[in-house]
Amino acid sequence: MLLEVRDLHVEFRTRDGVAKAVNGVNYSVDEGETLAVLGESGSGKSVTAQAVMGILDVPPGRIAGGEILFKGRDLLRMKEDERRRVRGAHMAMIFQDALSALNPVLTVGAQLGEMFEVHRGMSRKDSRARAVELMDRVRIPAARQRAGDYPHQFSGGMRQRIMIAMALALEPSLIIADEPTTALDVTVQAQVMDLLAELQRELNMGLILITHDLGVVADVADKIAVMYAGRIVEAAPVHELYRAPAHPYTRGLLDSIPRLDQMGQELYAIKGLPPNLTAIPPGCAFNPRCPMAQAICRTDVPPLYSVTGTPARRTSACHFWKECLGG
Amino acid sequence: MAEQILEVRDLVKHYPLTQGILFKKQIGAVKAVDGVSFGLARGETLGIVGESGCGKSTVARMLVNLERPTAGAISYKGEDITRLSGRALKAVRRNIQMVFQDPYTSLNPRMTVGDIIGEPFEIHPEAAPKGDRRRKVQELLDVVGLNPEYVNRYPHQFSGGQRQRIGIARGLALRPEVIVADEPVSALDVSVQAQVVNLLERLQDEFDLSYVFIAHDLSIVRHISDRIGVMYLGRVVETGTDAEIYDHPTHPYTQALLSAVPVPDPQARAHRERIILTGDVPSPANPPSGCRFRTRCWKARQRCADEVPLLAVPQAFPEGPAAHPSACHFAAEKHVVPAEGELPPPPPPPGPLHGGQ
Repeated sequence: MLLEVRDLHVEFRTRDGVAKAVNGVNYSVDEGETLAVLGESGSGKSVTAQAVMGILDVPPGRIAGGEILFKGRDLLRMKEDERRRVRGAHMAMIFQDALSALNPVLTVGAQLGEMFEVHRGMSRKDSRARAVELMDRVRIPAARQRAGDYPHQFSGGMRQRIMIAMALALEPSLIIADEPTTALDVTVQAQVMDLLAELQRELNMGLILITHDLGVVADVADKIAVMYAGRIVEAAPVHELYRAPAHPYTRGLLDSIPRLDQMGQELYAIKGLPPNLTAIPPGCAFNPRCPMAQAICRTDVPPLYSVTGTPARRTSACHFWKECLGG
Repeated sequence: MAEQILEVRDLVKHYPLTQGILFKKQIGAVKAVDGVSFGLARGETLGIVGESGCGKSTVARMLVNLERPTAGAISYKGEDITRLSGRALKAVRRNIQMVFQDPYTSLNPRMTVGDIIGEPFEIHPEAAPKGDRRRKVQELLDVVGLNPEYVNRYPHQFSGGQRQRIGIARGLALRPEVIVADEPVSALDVSVQAQVVNLLERLQDEFDLSYVFIAHDLSIVRHISDRIGVMYLGRVVETGTDAEIYDHPTHPYTQALLSAVPVPDPQARAHRERIILTGDVPSPANPPSGCRFRTRCWKARQRCADEVPLLAVPQAFPEGPAAHPSACHFAAEKHVVPAEGELPPPPPPPGPLHGGQ
């Protein structure tokens, strides 16, 4: 297994108390596999990724427990310089907002080349040549000329390609993409998503795709983990999850988006709001918004049930997953 | 046909590009909107879709008179509002209100919710006598699904979805006939988007409103709109009813846009053709000659560079659902969205348990 997150807990100290952003998350990605982590804002999807990459703001953040195994070794127990080497060469992250993730006062060629200078000890001239190669690879037209341009001279889609190029530079085995296409227009979104999926196949990388968009995920992911209030409430292979969700939150989400191929009457809407992370409701965190909630949901935290009757591994954190699955 | 409440003719907005500090001279113009026409009937929802930079928000701002058009006319019940000023303009503005995209920046953080929603009454005192305003504000809060006791709270005490409801209540305060909504749900979380879309639809029935609904999300636009206009680089490239646009698109840009929408169903993948456009939207300061889409179009020929295609029903389709205005020399129907019923329906929404515990 390439990456395995086990029972991860992350907390933030805030003025209103301790916010439990991640409460026991488990997931894994293998080489050549795409895992989509789906959730709304505040669900803990990005915080989990930051903990994996080791870029969590500490303090106020704190990893309160768990293991992050990368190729079998626990990243959380490594010394900082060792972890930095692993991260530099084997893991990379793509951020949502490419304009703020790139340095505005350096040319993109210099920023891409820096990767080779620092991690591979290449000369400036060689590293620039590699930078141009990379830009070609992510299909930036006239790469040689454009390597001398600054980030603001590129369009949104082109900037996101540069981010992808930067992530690929050292041929990592794992890429985490945090909302990589959210800031882009639909037609450009499709281009960038396709490029990312193609490069992933080519290099046989593991890809963690963090998103709030159920649509983007459907086209590229192998499996999905749905997060709510810091927990994974449902994990399943992508086809099964869309066909028959085993958690009322997933079901509600799927029903609340209008579909192009269906004329809507009234949209189904999940009532209420996501909980405040400093005061997560007792029992199942989703129970105040859940139409299926019973007495037990208000008192007992549901364990991760193994959803049987399907060939692949599926889990659901709902006491009534069977009823949910059955309609 | 229902009464036309708004009529837009050849609307143009150019922003001048100048050079020099003391002696400014114009060296060009950003052609944000370049000849847009449409109509809006009473009780109807017109959806305007397009990518960023296509001019859809500029159109919205001109409709509520936040921007003066460079040329063209906007008629409200037969009267051209671009030529009005003073009292006459104020009277018209009362009837055309706007809901903004970002509920975080469009509400003044130092004003209470009651003051925000009541502010339209300060500007139009004839709409409600002073003593009656507080009651009206509380009524509005109730209408948009917020607790009327919240009048003294500040915007930061609310979530994004609740703030958007406050923005909608403010837009409704003067009982307008037209509401221009510029990306009203795109800043909201998925589970909250549905709540706000449902609210907008309920209010439309309740108050007999006409909407101009601007968005980049094609699924939501289809859900809420009766008619749709697709914009590209300052022009409308195709208009029609929702079924005409979604099931029988004839303009290549509309087809590409529809095929790029991520459908939340992996089974749908097999049912549709993906059209992936190359390149980015050109700059509106220097749009391509002829058809503005030709630089990204797979059908482009010499004629597209020489001749501007007019927005008209293509001659190839004299009747049927494909017979709607499309600005393409080579308009051809293409089936990109699976028709209703072609795919298995999504699982029904979760309901309360029967005979559970």
